[in-house]
Amino acid sequence: MTAPLIIFFVLAAVAVFGAVSLILQKHPIHSALSLIVVMVALAGLYLLMGAEFVAAVQIIVYGGAIMVLFVFVIMLLNAGEEERTNLSRLATYAGIPLALALAGFIAAAIARSGGYLPAPAPNGALTSTKTLSMLLFTEFVYPFELTSFLILVAILGAIVLAQREN
Amino acid sequence: MVPTNYYLILSAILFGLGIVAFVFKRNIITLFMAIELMLNAVNLAFVAFSQSLGKPDGEVFVLFVIVVAAAEAAVGLGIIILTARNRHSLNVERVNLLKL
Repeated sequence: MTAPLIIFFVLAAVAVFGAVSLILQKHPIHSALSLIVVMVALAGLYLLMGAEFVAAVQIIVYGGAIMVLFVFVIMLLNAGEEERTNLSRLATYAGIPLALALAGFIAAAIARSGGYLPAPAPNGALTSTKTLSMLLFTEFVYPFELTSFLILVAILGAIVLAQREN
Repeated sequence: MVPTNYYLILSAILFGLGIVAFVFKRNIITLFMAIELMLNAVNLAFVAFSQSLGKPDGEVFVLFVIVVAAAEAAVGLGIIILTARNRHSLNVERVNLLKL
């Protein structure tokens, strides 16, 4: 087994462990910390694939900004352990079989695609940040401007929602 | 090198765990975290395909997805704070005004 493969399996195990832990933990703050573990593991996988800029953004924006926002809200609302309630009948009889069917379809599609996908470029040819930014500011400049508009609307929405009514 | 299939399988596993968390958890904040987990799984598939096909387009899309996730988290957590203030509970079962 080569070194990248070993690193992949370690990081994948950490990510899956974090995701399972998110489900099993009762307290939301523990779930949030589990999610941070998943995100850091995914950032490591991005580095392994040679996507350096995406890995940095993953750590800074996801692991930093978004998760801090989550933890902040959990503490602000003083969220305690979640109460267990029974699953609805719809979820038991329709939801779980449908979820299993979806998992089966995805697994089958991936298994069939095996021969067609080339492996990533050897020894992690890094997609340079320069290439990425050239693409972002030439070919994708219209979606880029749209996302800045989206951020503006999100800021306005958050302010409108958060202010107390007098 | 790691075959692209492995990344896709990991992405599918994480997405499935996100769905499971979304269905089984009752805390509204944890539901939001499940959505973030699913977005992360999709991002992993994007980067894997981008590397596999040798085009950086997928990575640009990951940046857009992260921006949308940030906007969603800001607005969604605002809504959560309002809901918690009005219903005095974070349990989604208690938020049932629109239920017949």
